[in-house]
Amino acid sequence: MASADKDLAVADKSRRRIGGIHRNEAKKVRCAVRYSGLRVLIEGLTGHKGWRPLWRDPQPKPAYDYIIIGGGGHGLATAYYLARTFGKARIAVLEKGWLGSGNIGRNTTIIRSNYLLPGNEPFYEFSMKLWEGLEQEFNFNAMVSQRGILNLLHTDGQRDAYRRRGNAMLFAGADAELLDREGVRAMYPWLNFDNARFPIKGGLLQRRAGTARHDGVAWGYARGADLAGVDLIQNCEVTGFRIENGRIRGVETSRGYIGAGKVGVAVAGSTGRVMAMAGMRMPIESHVLQAFVSEGLKPTIPGVITFGAGHFYVSQSDKGGLVFGGDLDGYNSYAQRGNMAVIEDVAEGGMALMPMIGRARLLRAWGGIMDMSMDGSPIIDRTPVEGLYLNGGWCYGGFKATPASGYAFAHLLATGAPHDTARGYRLDRFERGYVIDEKGVGAQPNLH
Amino acid sequence: MLIPHPLLGPCDSSEFTYLGDARLIDRPDGMAEGAAAAFADYVYLRDNPAGVHRELWFHEQGDRSWLVVTRNTLTHEILGAELARDVALGGRGE
Repeated sequence: MASADKDLAVADKSRRRIGGIHRNEAKKVRCAVRYSGLRVLIEGLTGHKGWRPLWRDPQPKPAYDYIIIGGGGHGLATAYYLARTFGKARIAVLEKGWLGSGNIGRNTTIIRSNYLLPGNEPFYEFSMKLWEGLEQEFNFNAMVSQRGILNLLHTDGQRDAYRRRGNAMLFAGADAELLDREGVRAMYPWLNFDNARFPIKGGLLQRRAGTARHDGVAWGYARGADLAGVDLIQNCEVTGFRIENGRIRGVETSRGYIGAGKVGVAVAGSTGRVMAMAGMRMPIESHVLQAFVSEGLKPTIPGVITFGAGHFYVSQSDKGGLVFGGDLDGYNSYAQRGNMAVIEDVAEGGMALMPMIGRARLLRAWGGIMDMSMDGSPIIDRTPVEGLYLNGGWCYGGFKATPASGYAFAHLLATGAPHDTARGYRLDRFERGYVIDEKGVGAQPNLH
Repeated sequence: MLIPHPLLGPCDSSEFTYLGDARLIDRPDGMAEGAAAAFADYVYLRDNPAGVHRELWFHEQGDRSWLVVTRNTLTHEILGAELARDVALGGRGE
């Protein structure tokens, strides 16, 4: 953790440097403060015609030193830290659709660092600390809200497991509190405490956890990267890799060939497809995970709550909708939509936990494609192809990891060495027997 | 999704549990040379295609048979189902 602290100090220093960059850039765009109450007022009176795009729309150059494939949260964060913290230049992000069009815009926005294993918890706690300074770091409102996450427990065995997990969290510098039944009741008196099958016996609380505005995170990183000179190239699908003598030379795209010194792949659910173009099979299956939002309600759920007996997690967005989800559908899918049986299962989990939501109407349901790895943990590593790097296998925990994933991947690309907190996330850990399996369910991706 | 069970006719997919790629039928020989590498491949690596995928489903809430279902992962369209036993004995499973 000492090294992670050092990185936070570096990030802090680069933040001050960014302050300078922002001021210089701000002069270029005609206006010292681009967003202010006065500006909103003036724009309101003049038909909102004066707002400008947050980032450029550049044509691809013939070659770059660094190409990041995937303009989602992790790809944009990687480009951002590569340029800002590690001082690299000639960087491009290639996105086949529009920025933030994948899972960064489809998740349930929860941020937390309540993991158990030593390969995971320091990394996620590093991410949590980056979240805490994120808005100052990239000078953009990501609506980071530390409203706390409560994992409910329903059996004595689960209490022991959560006590152990809480202690692991404390060891890694995170915060954790084990609440008894009355402690939970004081927070959420309307939960179904006396469910005959799954009575609530307590919970593990992480107060520093919470939610963030997921699109805002992508936009903040995109804007920051663009200001630092990164080319964000949209509608540019990678269709192949040019590999010579085991070394990456560049990528073929729908907008022509682009040469590259190093290529980083951060494409979440498409990891298998993209890496297949480099001739690699991955320890990953792509699965669909559904999420749901109810109609807007008055403030009723102040934090994030997870059901410990089924799979159900819920928070309330600032617009008032209950945002919730549950299990994967459980079969390989690239369809971004799931089936009714899982919707029913999630709704039953919600009703078992908080019967009061039974009258709320469901507004929307959607699906996202998860790159489910064989042990439920991610991969941030080099690949057998020299100069080709992989960031994937995030399962359904990718959003909370966005800042640390970007930082660690940028660290790997810039220095050639893994970040201290991401040393366990090796691609060869499966064949070598060093899996990081939080749930202990083995090589069965739909169970992680 | 309705899975066309070869013996029972159309069955809801929620009656089934899912294992994965039908290649899991072809278990490597543990006594052969290079078995460790073959098993690392077998256990951990997947093709994970976007499109037609042959996969193992277990009819847990039904007749407890294993099926090889051919399904499109982009559309969820099911193109066929056969008993895994027939596939294994037919020496295919590819």
